[in-house]
Parts: sequence; C-alpha cells; structure tokens
Amino acid sequence: MKGADVTPMVEVTDLAVAFREAGHTTTVLDGLSLRVARDEVVCLLGPSGCGKSTLLRCLAGLRAPDRGEVRLRGEPVAGVPDGLGVVFQDYGRSLLPWSTVARNVDFGLPADLDRATRRARTAQALEAVGLADAAARRPGQLSGGMQQRVAIARALARRPDLLLMDEPFASVDALTRADLEDLLLRVRREYAMTVVLVTHDIDESIYLSDRVVVLSPRPAAVVADLAVDLGGDRDQITTRESHAFVHLRARAASLLRDGSDAPEPAQDTV
Amino acid sequence: MAAVERRGGGVGVTGARSPLVRWGVFALALVVWELAARAAGSAFFPPPSAIAAAGWALWFSGPAVLTEGAWADVLPSVGRVLAGWAVSGVIGIAVGLLLGRSRRATEYLAPLLAFARALPPPVLIPVFLVLFAAGTPMQLATIVFGTVWPVLLATAAGARDVDPVTIDTAEVYGVAGLRRLRRVILPASAPRIVAGLRVSLSLALILMVVSELVASTNGLGHQLVVAQRSFDFTAMWAAIVLLGAVGYALNAALLGVERRALGWTTAGG
Amino acid sequence: MSGGVLRGLVGLAVFLAVGEVVGRLGLVPADLLPPTSAVLAGLVEIVGDPAFRADVVATVLAWLIGLGIAVGIAVPAGVLLGSVPGIRAGTRALVEFLRPIPSVALIPLAVVLIGQGPTSKIALAVYAAVWPILFATVHAVTEVDPLLRETAAAFRIGRRRTLLRVVLPSMAPFVLTGVRLAAAVALILVVSTELLVGGGRGIGEYIAQSGTGGGRMDLVLAAAIVAGLVGLAANAALTAAGRRWLPWSAAAAGSA
Repeated sequence: MKGADVTPMVEVTDLAVAFREAGHTTTVLDGLSLRVARDEVVCLLGPSGCGKSTLLRCLAGLRAPDRGEVRLRGEPVAGVPDGLGVVFQDYGRSLLPWSTVARNVDFGLPADLDRATRRARTAQALEAVGLADAAARRPGQLSGGMQQRVAIARALARRPDLLLMDEPFASVDALTRADLEDLLLRVRREYAMTVVLVTHDIDESIYLSDRVVVLSPRPAAVVADLAVDLGGDRDQITTRESHAFVHLRARAASLLRDGSDAPEPAQDTV
Repeated sequence: MAAVERRGGGVGVTGARSPLVRWGVFALALVVWELAARAAGSAFFPPPSAIAAAGWALWFSGPAVLTEGAWADVLPSVGRVLAGWAVSGVIGIAVGLLLGRSRRATEYLAPLLAFARALPPPVLIPVFLVLFAAGTPMQLATIVFGTVWPVLLATAAGARDVDPVTIDTAEVYGVAGLRRLRRVILPASAPRIVAGLRVSLSLALILMVVSELVASTNGLGHQLVVAQRSFDFTAMWAAIVLLGAVGYALNAALLGVERRALGWTTAGG
Repeated sequence: MSGGVLRGLVGLAVFLAVGEVVGRLGLVPADLLPPTSAVLAGLVEIVGDPAFRADVVATVLAWLIGLGIAVGIAVPAGVLLGSVPGIRAGTRALVEFLRPIPSVALIPLAVVLIGQGPTSKIALAVYAAVWPILFATVHAVTEVDPLLRETAAAFRIGRRRTLLRVVLPSMAPFVLTGVRLAAAVALILVVSTELLVGGGRGIGEYIAQSGTGGGRMDLVLAAAIVAGLVGLAANAALTAAGRRWLPWSAAAAGSA
C-alpha cells in the first residue's frame, strides 16, 4: 500500500457491486479499495463465491460498479480499456472452437493492425507459450492445459501492460497447473506487465505473486495484504519448501479461515 | 437439443456397420414388393419395375438424357424449392441475428412469431393466390412464408445463447460490430442455423408440392395431378419416388455442406 | 416478465394497426387483403357459425387421432430400432428411402386409394408424423448416458426397473421434441388434404370454399387465424406438458 509515489497501474476506490434478480439483492462487493503498482504481480485470494471474479470484471470494464471507482494508469475505467489482456477460467468457453489456434490468438489483436504484423505477433506469442506447432489445430483437438496456453498467448499477443487472470489454472490437472504457473512466471519476466490474478488456491497465490491480497467472504473486503519476498527465481519444489513460503501459507490460511493472522513466529508485516 | 434435428438428418440410425446388410435388406424389400404387386395385379400398386420404367420414359429417356418432361416437371419444382429456401435462409438468418442480439425486439415480436410459426402455411395459399400471380410467384410466397420461421427462430436462439464468456472475450479484445458478427456470433449460431435450415428444407419440399397441387401448369406436383386425373397410377408412383429422390439429394447436399462447415463441433470429440 | 408480455401485446397491436391502415389506404385492394377490422369481424362471424365450429372439430379430431396413432407406431418402432443395432442397420436404407418423400405428394394417391372421407387425412397425418417421432425416439435410445446404465447395473437394478427409472425418463424429453415437430407437420397434412380434396368437413375445406369458391378473403384469413391458434394451442400444451412432467428436460424440450 505504501509503494513508490508514481501513479499506480490499478487503483480501486470504495467499490460496491450488488446483483439484483427476482426481487432480492445480493451484495457482492461493498466498499473495497485496492492498489496495484506497475509491473507488480498481485494475487487476489478469496473463498469461492466471495466476489473476486466480479472485482476482476470491474477492472476489465465488463461491469460498471454501483458505487466507487476503478482507475487504470490514473484514468477512470468506462468500458473496456486499452492495453488489456484477459485470461478466463473457462478456456473452453473463451476460445472460439470454430477457429484454429492461430486465429484464436489473432482474435486478441487490435483490428487496425496490418496482416504481416498480426502474423508475426501471433507466431511470437505461440512460441512464447510453446505452442508453435499447434497453430493450425483447433481448440477441441487440444488438452485443457494447451487450450489455456492458447488463451495466454492470445492475451500476450496484444502486448498488454495489464494482464487480468480469473482462476486461470483452476480447470486443469495438478501437473499441468504447475507447468502453467512456471510459464506465467517466465512470461512475466520476458514481458514487462502488471498481472492481477484471482484464485482460491493459497499455494498458487503465494508462488506466483509479489503480493497476496486476502479477501473476506461475500461481500468481499480486504482482510490482509501480504508481501511475498521470495525473489524472482522460484521453483515448484524448493520454493514451496522454503520457510518463508510455509510461513506465508500458514498466515494466508488462517486469514482465509477466520480473518485472524497466524500466531506463528517470525517478523510481522501487516 | 438441436442435436435431435441435426442427427435426425444424418438419420438417427447411425453406426450401421455393413452396407451389405443394409442394401441387402433394401433389395429384398424391393423384390418382395415386386412379387407382391405382380401377384396382386392391382392397378393401384404397380410393381417397382413398372414404376422405374415409367419414370425412365417420363424423364430420363430424352434427347440428352433428360426429356422435355423432365425440364417441365423436375427443374421448376427443384428451382422453386431452392429459390424459396434461399430467400427464407437469407431473411431468416438476417432477422434472426438481429432478434437474437436484442431482447427488446424479441419481446415485441414474440407473440407474432409464435403465431406465425404455428400457422399451417397451406391455409394461406388462397390468400397468396389472389395477392400474387398464380404459378411461381404464389408458390414462392407460400414456400417463403412457410419456411422462414424455423430458420429465423433457430438463428435467434443461437445468437441469443452465445456463451457469455465468449462475448466477454470479444468485448475485452475490442472485437465489435461486423467483426464480432462474423467471427463470433455467426459461427456460434451456425449449428442452430443449420438445424433450422434442415427443418425448413423439408417444409419447402412439402409446400412446393402442395402449392403445385393447388395451382400450377408445370412441376412435379402438377405432374401428380395430371397422372391422377388420367388414372395413371404408375406415373403417380413414379412422381412420388422422384420427389423422394429429390428430397434425399437436397438433404444429402445439405449434410455435406454441414460436415464441412461445422467440422469443428466434433473436432477432437 | 410482465414487461415482456406488455411489449408482446404492443407488437401485436402495431401489427394489427398496420394491417388496418394498409387496407384502409387502399394500398392493397380490400377484397384481396381485407383490413384488420374486417378480418376480426369475419372471425366473430365464423366463430358464431355452427358449421365452421364443426369444421374445426373435424380438423382437430383427425389431427389428434393421426398424431396418436403415429405415437403408437413410432415410439415402439423407435425403441426397437434404437436398441437392436442389427435391425437398425438392416432397415436403414429402407428408412432413408421412405423418409424424404414429401408426405403431401401422397395426397392424390391416398384420395384415390382410401377415398375422400376423414380416413385419408388421418392416414396421411400418420405417415407424416411417424418420421419425426421415430427419429427422435431412436436418437433418444442411443443417447441414454452409458454412465446411467452402468450406475443402474452397478446397483444391480433389474432390467425392468432400469427401463422405467433410467431409460424412459432420459428418453422422454427427446421424444417430446419429436412429437412437437410431428404435431406441426401432421396439422399441415390434415389442412392440406382438406384444402385440396374437399367433399368433407374441416378448416381447410372451409378455407377452400370461402377463398377460391366465394372470394371472401376476410373469412379465409379468419379461418387461417383459427388454424394458427389450434397449432399454437398444441405447441403450448406440449411445452407445458414437458415443463410439468419432464422438468429435467428444459434443455431438450426447449429448443424449437
């Protein structure tokens, strides 16, 4: 929350969203505030159904909040902003089953780019996610993990400065998931961009991010803001066994369970 | 779901392994029919060989394979079906896409559409008969009116039910307007559209025949009436069989197009 | 939803008003396409006419009987074809040959063979209605989720109970969709036969006489509205039946 004094990439102030249907109102977000600095990777960690996906939809400009404001690069969000990449959980519904992998990646490129640029960027993005060979296939012919790589490539091809991911790895098996997590870490080093990732998986949130924002059950509010000091080089086995990781995991778990910080030792950072 | 209609066209009877059995049974049925018809000797039920001979003489023995009768009967009929169906397809898809993306418009038109679809189209033939010239204009009007609704409603349903995540994706990547229509809405609705087109095709065939039976100077329906008036049952059967063949061919062609265009729906199982 | 109903009524009113204006302005001669008010007056007239009411009854009866017989034939046949691959394979060519014949092409033949009475139109309605129900049933049988069958087998549920508790409930929505398609085609067949053949009772017969015979387009359109309402009522009844008795079928029975 302190951070440098430059304009934050994302600034959410007093956000409130309620769903009205069939006469009753469900308050999903009520007065949530949040900041994400440039080039930071932040995980929003919250229990299922807490409203974190709604928060992400507000960031993407897919939903207008009932109250409060979202600013990207200092500009208020009204409609979908430029320079955005989004990866949804349901790759099966987000990819176009009738288009080839290459066409799906091309789908994410601005309409005014010329053909040669489109082709080059598509190829480069597919290369980055290790799918150069699959360009001519269709999503239905690929495994879930490969499909999600296509969705990531599509987001990358756009060269976004903000990448939003909504439970991107929740629908793939554990091994694939580890692969994709490492892919994200690598890609993040290669492309300078801010990443906001929503998840309900504690380990994943710590492993991937610079900062974990723990959210309460609905209506989601920020319970805690945990800095993750694990350095840039992370490894699925050694990082997850490190003392810092284990301690963070305990704290996050405790915060998720009842909102209280873990009483465990070590240095406090609230 | 739409699968019923779609598979129905491919004939729900899939998975037949041996064409030998299939065509063997078919041939057997023909032989039985032939023998039974000969034994009965009824003028109403001529043997298949006689029907085939009559059909051959009527349509396929002519100067260049096709006889003049074929030009006068088969082509107008097929032309009317295809023209009427095509007009319905264009109108139905265009209006259906608009309706599918606008809940308001759908609400305004819902009762009218439900009624128009439920109306058996032949009841309007007398109206079309006085509004349009007897012959092809009246027949086209009947076919178009009767076949536009299945396409329109299926398209609207398809366009309405495009997955919200897919729409969000298009929104996020700034794919809007015509580009969204072409790359998202239309392909996403395509399976439903084709299902609607299939229903419309069989309706078009029915309405072509009815309208030709009512008032026509050519076409297979007209040929049926002529044969009926002269008590030429063999020619009637021949016309019926030929109509079946036309229906089969049109359906098979649609299926072929569908397999190519909608290959992605089954890609990777 | 009341907003939707209201908009629907507005749409209907606008349509009727346009019909009135087109007629009144003389854009189309009134004796060819009468204005809305004349058609509505015609509707009142024919609804009050006992002869027309008898026509409606004749049409609806022939249609229901035909549809009932078609269900009675097509569902058992579909179950048989669906569950015995050998029979399915053997009859495939035969079925593929018979199905595409446009049923109305049989009208001239049926009239000569069976005569002009109601039997003709019932027979034709049966022929037309059998196919959609047959295909829907075959499809339904082959689409029963193998996992459901295996679950039934794993719990050692007998054949009879499997049929009653697993197979039939999962088939029903598909069959209902087939019946809805069949109902529409059967109505077309009944009305077309009446229209073409004459000499009996029925909405089609009434339309033929008022139209080509009498030139009373107001009565033709009024009778057409009644025919449409009959079709609408049938569709609504089948949809309601599906919702009520097959509530798990929303997806299968919902599509047109």
